Amino acid sequence: MGRKLLLEHINVPGINTFDVYRTQGGYASVEKALKKMTPDEVTEEVKKSGLRGRGGAGFPAGMKWSFLDRKTDKPRYLVCNADESEPGTFKDRYLMEKIPHLLIEGMITSSYALGAKTSYIYVRGEYMYIIAILERAIEEAKAKGFLGKNILGTDYSLELYVQPGGGAYICGEETALLESLEGKRGNPRLKPPFPAVAGLYGCPTVVNNVETIATVVPIVNNGGDEYAKIGIGKSTGTKLISAGGHINKPGVYEIELGVPVEEFIYSDEYCGGIWKGRKFKACVPGGSSVPILPAELMLKTAKGETRLMTYESLADGGFATGTMLGSGGFIVMDETACVVRNLWTFERFYHHESCGQCSPCREGTGWMEKVLHRIEHGHGHMEDIDLLVDVAKKIEGNTICPLGDAAAWPVASAIRHFREEFEYHVKYPEKVVNPKHFEIEPFRSEKNLVTA
Amino acid sequence: MTEIKFSEESLALANRIISRYPEGKQKSALLPLLHLAQTEFDGWLSEDTMNYVASLLNIKPIEVYEVATFYTMYNMKPVGKCLIEVCRTGPCWLRGADDIVEHIEKKLGIKDGETTADGMFTLKTVECLGSCGTAPMLQCGADYYEDLTNDKVDTMLDKLRASDKRSSYLKSNRQEI
Amino acid sequence: MAKVTIDGIEIEVPDGTTILNAARQIGGDVVPPAMCYYSSLKETGGKCRVCLVKVSQGSAKDPRPMPKLVASCRTPVMDGMVVQNITSPEVLEARKGVVEFLLINHPLDCPICDQAGECDLQNLAYEHGAAATRYEEERRTFEKIDIGDKIKLHMTRCILCYRCTFVADQLTPQRCHGVLNRGDASEISTYIEKAVDNDFSGNMIDVCPVGALTDNTFRFKSRVWFTKPLDAHRDCPKCSGKVVLWTKGEEVLRVSARKDQYSEVKEFICNECRYDHKNMNDWTIEGPRHIERNSVISQNHYEKIDLQKLKLEIDRQIVFQKGKQLPEHNESQA
Repeated sequence: MGRKLLLEHINVPGINTFDVYRTQGGYASVEKALKKMTPDEVTEEVKKSGLRGRGGAGFPAGMKWSFLDRKTDKPRYLVCNADESEPGTFKDRYLMEKIPHLLIEGMITSSYALGAKTSYIYVRGEYMYIIAILERAIEEAKAKGFLGKNILGTDYSLELYVQPGGGAYICGEETALLESLEGKRGNPRLKPPFPAVAGLYGCPTVVNNVETIATVVPIVNNGGDEYAKIGIGKSTGTKLISAGGHINKPGVYEIELGVPVEEFIYSDEYCGGIWKGRKFKACVPGGSSVPILPAELMLKTAKGETRLMTYESLADGGFATGTMLGSGGFIVMDETACVVRNLWTFERFYHHESCGQCSPCREGTGWMEKVLHRIEHGHGHMEDIDLLVDVAKKIEGNTICPLGDAAAWPVASAIRHFREEFEYHVKYPEKVVNPKHFEIEPFRSEKNLVTA
Repeated sequence: MTEIKFSEESLALANRIISRYPEGKQKSALLPLLHLAQTEFDGWLSEDTMNYVASLLNIKPIEVYEVATFYTMYNMKPVGKCLIEVCRTGPCWLRGADDIVEHIEKKLGIKDGETTADGMFTLKTVECLGSCGTAPMLQCGADYYEDLTNDKVDTMLDKLRASDKRSSYLKSNRQEI
Repeated sequence: MAKVTIDGIEIEVPDGTTILNAARQIGGDVVPPAMCYYSSLKETGGKCRVCLVKVSQGSAKDPRPMPKLVASCRTPVMDGMVVQNITSPEVLEARKGVVEFLLINHPLDCPICDQAGECDLQNLAYEHGAAATRYEEERRTFEKIDIGDKIKLHMTRCILCYRCTFVADQLTPQRCHGVLNRGDASEISTYIEKAVDNDFSGNMIDVCPVGALTDNTFRFKSRVWFTKPLDAHRDCPKCSGKVVLWTKGEEVLRVSARKDQYSEVKEFICNECRYDHKNMNDWTIEGPRHIERNSVISQNHYEKIDLQKLKLEIDRQIVFQKGKQLPEHNESQA
């Protein structure tokens, strides 16, 4: 049974209210930080813990905090990125809905460490009911003296607000989020300058994911070293994984980093195996933006080692035979899933969500979607497959923000590992015209067909 | 043509929202105010509504039009009383979202993007709503309806029709399905 | 001051200069092209990705290369920086890719587009583009509209450089048009039927790199290479009054601001100068305007001809036509 740091008390009735949360040890980190630690000491604990950004990029949180420009007179801001829109990811929603005070507590402790007097939680607009939950929790915390002026009688004051989005995946990118917070179109800014120097309203800002900020609570309570004891190598602590797709028990699971992938998929403690007694075909472990892997490479690396749920192990093999942990949006596909159609839904997503500023992403995502649409609906040509790889290569690295890369990686990896399936679509258009083609006739590699 | 103006209650809320931001940065209130305006004025943003929001925030109307057309949640044309938004991205598709969409299209007699003749329902397919673990699912206003089957969809549509309320992102109208 | 090496050529520039501006001071082939950057407008650049270059050494203090190609128009130079533009095949491949992306939704309007002959996209595609298109899907289309009676907007041709919005923000009193929608459905528009006629708005026509925003008073009147551009000026209380008159015989077909060798206007002109004075007598003529030699407009040979140079050029052409080896010529252009 893995340790649970965030979801430990999730099943206590009433844990979403201040009073019950407090009886379970809630807001202890605020008392500890404000009364017994300096802001720099809190930052030091986060650094020692080895906590990496849980939104997808995996950038060390302590390092990000230390980049914050503390020399200027401008006010500093902490902005929580709750714009969870990566397909496959729903862990932040689970956390905010069931145990909102954990996030509020993390925001207070983190704002104290960063010297922020005003902090915002930017929540995607579709989660409007979550915004109501968070606002109620903020009112409760304020009434009990944990927000507002002179928290707990110290000279630290904090105003915390919730800001709704309007429906744009691109606003999950930190600079686009800041643009949206300023009331503008969600166009990412060029970096440098980084938000730590010039962010919200041109002031030093730190943007962190919901889970990252929530994790600050156990780190401060137990110490950064304790947190670093869990996990392997540079992947310390626990992570929330949102498991979905063709499994028996989809849902949010808190795992210790280092659990083998096979155990995660098949054990009853987690996903419970592939549904309907079917076979495991492919998996996208970190949200739609990370490369897709076939089952064999998902369970074992190319070198034959057991694949673990860590940043390093999943990335073993680079993009040739590996993938990324990303946001932890774990999507599992069984043998009836069509990789081409799944890829088409992803590219349709990126095409719809591209902000349109830079040419490679704006035009390239549309192009890839249209070519995939043709292939999936039986009008593809053999040259289209290499064309897709080339277009993906021309987008990658040439865009302002990582959405271009996120659109290109699934295409490159799907064709790299499942080229035969694309060729099948081109060679047998009459068979793929029915959208349920692989439910009717699961894809069999042509190699097998010849010997059969 | 009646003049577009917030009710007293909404205006008070709008001013509370504007006060969240530093002096001179009230443009940050644009997104929340557009949600408020959309809810108050028939579920969509007309040119007059947007001009009104611009005047509240002291910004140019074109700045409001740019933002309103960028984000998908703002309706630029009138919509039916209940806007049914079905998720269509990968993980939901893997668990049968296409079938749910087809079922709704057949039941209501409209296609994706259209409104029923009686003005009750508008169907829209949208991108990932963050509910992949309970797929397939849809959103109607503030409410998420998850783990859908054709029967559950039928029950939901019937109950929404009976409640005859306009769906809004700011207020729940959840039906038991 | 900072020393930067671009394609092997070293130059010293003030701190804060961008790589593109440093390259422009060197001049020649080393200069990356730019479709969305405009030096006379603030905050432009970084969007079209045409000016991407490779920074193989970040600075003398930190010699690590930058992991991705960077936009030279927005990246400031650091002392000891080493940049590769056309000496890097990676940069040329990326540029070819970006040009291809710009062209996939761009209509093949050249035969009917007023901008032909002075179009940045034509020049860019000629230098860096592929010979044929690979795009066989449907292109996004828009209806052409008049935004006001002086400016025509062909949204199909727009490459979304955003320059016109910057002109509206920085030069005109009240911006009334902007970018609506998102992704490749993005549209430059006023949202509602509205004329864009505030003063200095005519400069949008000059800054637009393609034929999306064109002068309605000049529409279909003539191809640019059949006109004779003349530098001229008048006393204007609102602007510098320095213009280029595009003439045919005694007729002034259009009036525009003066663009430098990088197609950028340094002194913008007001709407009155641009639209309301189409009579030669309204202006003090200074002389023929020199358009850069490589432009198709200069093929008109309207400037005073250097007979020596012309004879050398003709000799070169004869030799070339005979299929023999080209003699050494430092202004090579076949």
